[in-house]
Amino acid sequence: MATNQIGKPQNRVDGRDKVTGQARYAAEFNVKDLAYGVVVSSAIAKGRIKEMDTSEALRVEGVLEVFTSENRPKLASYDTSFQDEDAPPGSPFRPLFNRDVLFNMQPIALVVAETYELARYAASLVKVEYETEEYATDFEKERPNAYVPEEYKSTTPPDPWGKPETALKEAEHKVAEEYSHPSQHHNPMEMHATTAVWEGDGRITVYDKIQGVLNSQEYIMGVFGLAKEDVRVLSPFVGGAFGSGLRPQYQLFMAVMATLELKRSVRVALTRPQMFSFGHRPKTVQQLSLGAAADGTLEAVVHHVFAETSRFEDYSEDVIIWPGVLYKCDNVKVSHKLVGLDVYTPLDMRAPGGTTGIYALECAIDELSYKVGMDPVEFRLKNYSVRDQNEDKPFSSKELRECYRQGAELFGWKDRKPQPRSMREGHNLIGWGVANGAWEATQKPSGAKAVLTKEGKLTVSSATADIGTGTYTIMSQIAAECMGLPIEAVEFKLGDSSLPQSPLEGGSWTASTVGSAVKLVCEKLGEKLLELAQESDDSPFKEAGIEEVEFTDGQMRLKENSSVAIPLTQLLRDNKKDNIQVEAESKPSDEQENYSPYSHSAVFVEVKVDEDLGTIKVTRVVTAVAGGRILNPKTARSQILGGVVWGIGMALEEESVMDHQYGRFINHDLAEYHVPVNADVHDVEVIFVDEEDSIVNPLGVKGLGEIGIVSVAPAIANAVYHATGKRVRDLPITLDKVM
Amino acid sequence: MKPFTYTRADDVTSAVSEVSRQEGAKVIAGGTNLLDLMKIDVMQPRHLVDITRLALTTIEKTAEGGLLLGALATNADTAYHEQVEQRYPLLSHAILAGATAQLRNKATDAGNLLQRTRCYYFYDTHTACNKREPGTGCSAIHGYNRNHAILGHSEHCIATHPSDMAVALAALEARIHVTGPQGERTIPIADFHRLPGDTPEKDTNLADDEIITAIELSPKGFARHYTYLKNRDRASYAFALVSVAVGLDMEGDTIQEARIALGGVAHKPWRNPEAEALLTGKKASRENFQPVADAYVHGAKGFEHNSFKIELARRSIVRALMQAAHVDQNSNGN
Ligand SMILES: Cc1cc2nc3c(=O)[nH]c(=O)nc-3n(C[C@H](O)[C@H](O)[C@H](O)COP(=O)(O)OP(=O)(O)OC[C@H]3O[C@@H](n4cnc5c(N)ncnc54)[C@H](O)[C@@H]3O)c2cc1C
Ligand code: SF4
Repeated sequence: MATNQIGKPQNRVDGRDKVTGQARYAAEFNVKDLAYGVVVSSAIAKGRIKEMDTSEALRVEGVLEVFTSENRPKLASYDTSFQDEDAPPGSPFRPLFNRDVLFNMQPIALVVAETYELARYAASLVKVEYETEEYATDFEKERPNAYVPEEYKSTTPPDPWGKPETALKEAEHKVAEEYSHPSQHHNPMEMHATTAVWEGDGRITVYDKIQGVLNSQEYIMGVFGLAKEDVRVLSPFVGGAFGSGLRPQYQLFMAVMATLELKRSVRVALTRPQMFSFGHRPKTVQQLSLGAAADGTLEAVVHHVFAETSRFEDYSEDVIIWPGVLYKCDNVKVSHKLVGLDVYTPLDMRAPGGTTGIYALECAIDELSYKVGMDPVEFRLKNYSVRDQNEDKPFSSKELRECYRQGAELFGWKDRKPQPRSMREGHNLIGWGVANGAWEATQKPSGAKAVLTKEGKLTVSSATADIGTGTYTIMSQIAAECMGLPIEAVEFKLGDSSLPQSPLEGGSWTASTVGSAVKLVCEKLGEKLLELAQESDDSPFKEAGIEEVEFTDGQMRLKENSSVAIPLTQLLRDNKKDNIQVEAESKPSDEQENYSPYSHSAVFVEVKVDEDLGTIKVTRVVTAVAGGRILNPKTARSQILGGVVWGIGMALEEESVMDHQYGRFINHDLAEYHVPVNADVHDVEVIFVDEEDSIVNPLGVKGLGEIGIVSVAPAIANAVYHATGKRVRDLPITLDKVM
Repeated sequence: MKPFTYTRADDVTSAVSEVSRQEGAKVIAGGTNLLDLMKIDVMQPRHLVDITRLALTTIEKTAEGGLLLGALATNADTAYHEQVEQRYPLLSHAILAGATAQLRNKATDAGNLLQRTRCYYFYDTHTACNKREPGTGCSAIHGYNRNHAILGHSEHCIATHPSDMAVALAALEARIHVTGPQGERTIPIADFHRLPGDTPEKDTNLADDEIITAIELSPKGFARHYTYLKNRDRASYAFALVSVAVGLDMEGDTIQEARIALGGVAHKPWRNPEAEALLTGKKASRENFQPVADAYVHGAKGFEHNSFKIELARRSIVRALMQAAHVDQNSNGN
């Protein structure tokens, strides 16, 4: 493998297209006779539509149709048809199904017109009369009714081990606190949109904002009863999604419905306020009780979780697995209950469960370290774990110690004064905090296809997505490396339902999952090329096995004797082949079953808190990540930076505010829903520590989409405590809570 | 968004006559506030008079030695204007504390004064709001009121005026030049914005058929002792929770005159001349500043999510005065 593509800080192969506007997103595919749909959203949280008057809207010249529950086409009748790949247990929301309103801003009509402006205007003319019903959107009020779901979407909470209650009672040092974060919305830059193109004869091509085209395709087939060959879904570029595109959202339903009914191409794009009308990170309250022995040994963890869900689906995420993953502890008990509200079902949002559970656990651990009187890093090292206690399996690899060591050194942790409020600079109290985190490194089954032409161009493809993470780039690198080609000779295709299957892009598994498939398909291609060479009797490769040849500099050659070589282009031409194609399906190995694969991180943070005014500035962040093999340090670093920035937002700014007078999220735009701006982000250093892992997958990669965010918020909260002596246990930590 | 007609005015007279002739007409300048509100049906003008071609973009010295800011001078051009930077740095700082570079390039000085509140409910036509739809009620009083008023509010509306620029202009005692069908008049900034009372739909005392032509600054710019302190929920691109504009006239360490205006706390930039007067002839010190801060928030009343603003305002006033007076920040008063 002489090209050494893997591990190179390769620029994004799609970078130029993106910055020059050539990359097209779902709402940017323009076709002839395109009509535009605008969604009418409900004004109430719960009840029934008594009367909907669409006549005025229909009178506007240029309006084609107003779809409501009364005139919608016949749809599938079973829940299963609406259940997508990421659906939690329950009964999925069905747009325009009937007159019931289940949550505020529910889509209740679609106005389709010749132009977007006309559709928007006509939508404002639709008059709706409701019969309102009592609703519940106040989490605290409903918390006493929390329940254990029949089935968890997430890991079923493991049974307790040891004697948590006794151990807690007998522990020398204790912490028992409640931590919470509010609902938060993904708010990707690109709002959800679908352009459905009418191809005639009942066939459609759909450009959708989705993290996996196959999920949309299946949904359309199920809901509208279309055959697979009649629906092609494309999603070549996604302007950020962070989980919001894991499930097909209602704009897809609306656009496809209108297209099939009108036999005309239709685009539906949501507005920013409507981005607050579907899945979000659920408000979650966590009770944590920890106990430690005098010497700092963690003796007990009791972790109870209460998290928001909708009335129609039992959404849950992996909040309670972290005590078993992060620390060695002999006595652990966890539980996870759901609080049903009249809202839309929550949805995975970057590191679902991880950001939540690790936030609370890492704050509580920090509190305990002060009680024990140990340095927070030392305390964590003292309770270091090499086994996943939930599964009772060793980690496939874990270089977290090295993360602490390198991170602490770069940060200058040794100069920290242990006492809170002991470091200052003018009005500013300075605080240093730390937290560690983990994220599962999963590999799933995936297909891939490779086509090599006689001109030497290699096209590799898989139905996966690139939601801005760099999938195009790293897959091109893997393929180029495997086949010994320059990266310019490789094209990677994705986001097309006609390509080999792959799972949703999520869970940080794409690099390992699709990467492994790309590696496998290239290996198969290599074998096929060798076979091709061996077809002629006088081939110098006649006796060679695949392990004896290598692909480099555009050639296949013998490892032992590099003068025995043939350019791939010549090989194809000599054999009168225009191209060679292979497909492959990769699967996780059986060996993986015996291990628990996780990536790890340690985050060090400095904050400056204005003593009088309470303003908090995150002045420095050092994050050290053990994420297996780093395919591309540049795109990898970007992932971690993005995670840190988001962590700052989660800790200090993000909150979807529910107004209970209306049962409606009320700060539904980006002026009032705050995410960090440049001025909030200062020095951020990313370290990747060396980590070899031959078990996790054939590439040894662990994925980086989520490990970057998980421990940032607790590190900040811990730094704020160190600065001010104040523990704020409900996010976001706004200035009023610390001043 | 509702359909509307559009004309472009060539001079102030025709702009005024267009606005007064057509019912439901509005002028549009940078459009950064009006267009946003039109798109979500919060404002529904039936006719737009584009005034961006009027010759009102200049910034010139006045005969009295002050400065006249054309109504259409952009926030960016104003903030970076040499005269403003040197003689009215308070104004410059206040403008630059607002919005973003992109917005300030488009936003005009007059438009800035007339921007509408950022009350969440005002922005959502599915909620009750007396300012948007008189008589429907105020959702904020028992709702989410983090960015709302602690001073001068009424049972009908507790919204704040979101402008940073206006807060500095209040401290500088600027005068607003307006032209209407009856001719020209000048409104002191203190009388320009209104308290909500029982007519929260009216933000200002500008008549519907009047347009702003200029903003006049008196020669007094407080260029040596000034501060604009803005507290907000993130470091940029956020409206003020509490902001303080301070201008001091000092002789040695004695204060001759103090001007203090608060933003983010009321329906208009908040001045309290009696409290300011407490500083006249006094030494600049924390002990002397504290009573002024206390007097400023005297009678303030907060709501569920914004009561912290009272203490924040108090501390911010002291901090801003210390900064403006160049009193050592780290010692606890002197
Ligand atoms: C996301 C965002 C963040 C922002 N943050 C801040 C901030 O932190 N601080 C801050 O101070 N501001 C902030 N702004 C507001 C911004 O400063 C105003 O939108 C801008 O100043 C308005 O100026 P404009 O010329 O675009 O006004 P327009 O939108 O054109 O007009 C606004 C109003 O003024 C009227 N009008 C305009 N010119 C005249 C005139 N000459 N005579 C009579 N009437 C007139 C219009 O009819 C309209 O009613 C922010 C805006 C946005 C969108
Ligand atoms: S505070 Fe004023 S603007 Fe806000 S809802 Fe009440 S009346 Fe409307």
